[in-house]
Amino acid sequence: MTQASGLPAHFLRPGSSFVDFLAEHDPNMFDRVRHAQPVDVPHGTTIVASQFVGGVVMAGDRRATMGNVIAQRDIEKVYPADEFSVVGIAGTAGLAVEMVRLFQTELEHFEKIEGTSLSLEGKANRLASFIRGNLGMAFQGLAVVPLFAGYDSTRDTGRIFSYDVTGGRYEEHDYHAVGSGSPFARGSLKKLYRGEQSGTDAVRVCLQALYDAADDDSATGGPDLTRGIFPVVYTVDTSGVRRLPEDELQILVDEIVAQRYRRPDGPVADEAGGARS
Amino acid sequence: MSMPFYVSPEQIIKDKADYARKGIARGRSVVVAQYDEGILFVAENPSRALHKISEIYDKIAFAAVGKYNEFENLRVAGVRYADLRGFSYDRADVTSRGLANAYAQTLGTVFTEAQKPYEVEIIVAEVGEDEASDQLYRLTFDGSVGDEHGFLAMGGAAEAISAELHEQWRPDLTLHEALRMAVAALAEHGGQGPRTLEEKQLEVAILDRTRPRRAFRRLVGQELAGLLNGG
Repeated sequence: MTQASGLPAHFLRPGSSFVDFLAEHDPNMFDRVRHAQPVDVPHGTTIVASQFVGGVVMAGDRRATMGNVIAQRDIEKVYPADEFSVVGIAGTAGLAVEMVRLFQTELEHFEKIEGTSLSLEGKANRLASFIRGNLGMAFQGLAVVPLFAGYDSTRDTGRIFSYDVTGGRYEEHDYHAVGSGSPFARGSLKKLYRGEQSGTDAVRVCLQALYDAADDDSATGGPDLTRGIFPVVYTVDTSGVRRLPEDELQILVDEIVAQRYRRPDGPVADEAGGARS
Repeated sequence: MSMPFYVSPEQIIKDKADYARKGIARGRSVVVAQYDEGILFVAENPSRALHKISEIYDKIAFAAVGKYNEFENLRVAGVRYADLRGFSYDRADVTSRGLANAYAQTLGTVFTEAQKPYEVEIIVAEVGEDEASDQLYRLTFDGSVGDEHGFLAMGGAAEAISAELHEQWRPDLTLHEALRMAVAALAEHGGQGPRTLEEKQLEVAILDRTRPRRAFRRLVGQELAGLLNGG
């Protein structure tokens, strides 16, 4: 069949990957997505995630830095990937945001064409291949290292996946953090995380971990009380992705800040396990 | 040397059109109707897996009758068209008008250039802020586009169903009323004689203008049975 006009032939070929389709449709655009030119660009910083019973929380601070300059104080680094998963980005902001947009389109595209969503593992693997595609840029200092989390309906649980720049995909248990402030955040999570915790407890633990990361890492921003800029927090459970509204966040952040007035280093773990403020 | 028979262009076009019409008339019907909070799609379709109604983009859906492999091909192309536009520009830049044009071009080209026309009829619908800004496009096998309002029927018994809907449809129907109207019309005229259609024989979906981003939603199982039977 020849087609003089209308939808080109590759629109009518089988396949359910948006990325593969894009590569065929417009290789240059695909190239732009994957191989932009290196320059001095904003970087995102700390993302934390923690499981709770039947779900998972992901939270990110709001600071983007460019060298020693704060490039943006209200950037958002955690995004819903689809209805049941979220992705947080650390690394080169511009590439990461584009990667997230491509990932969102890929998941929705698959869902619409196949009539069913990818499995959570399938989504995690797809993201890994995107990161692998960015390896050339990573060698030039423009790495993108996301953190992926979602609700797995087959197991009724939240799951967390981390990545390295080569596209290596690792499932994390209980909690994880990525970005420049992650060593501090992970230390905090390690002490505060409790198995069998509720969703609200998991949000608290994540906010505490971000506070600790901001405390010791100059590239991570703490809650900005004067401007009312708080971390972006998403929960994912059987009812889907939900972003914590500002008023709920305000209460939790005020609580944590009040605690820190009494104890600037945050909650103390007692020897019996568990934490008290 | 043998000479091919001369067939006038009029005759070729007529033959192709008759062929396509016959193919479409064999299939079961689909009804699309506006209601107060969106657009309703009802198809008589016993299959759970092979859909006649599908989501294309945030506010845009697709319904088709005719040959499955042909309209499935067009549906996938439409999803690609929409996702590509949304990714290249912005989600707001994906419009049903653009999609209807692309489909019209494709159908028109196939109709004139290919040996066999597509035996399909398509509806592209976009839900807007209010009833007045909803858009309904009907595309036929030869690439003609109609900009419609209120309700539409296509497939085997399209004329009889349209006549029935013309009597019944009015603006501001509730979802429940619109669904019962559509199912009654399909049951009355869609088969050999009046029948009752059960939830299992129907494929029902809505474009719900009250939903935040993706307006498309399938109505299945309990929810559909409830709407069909109760209030």
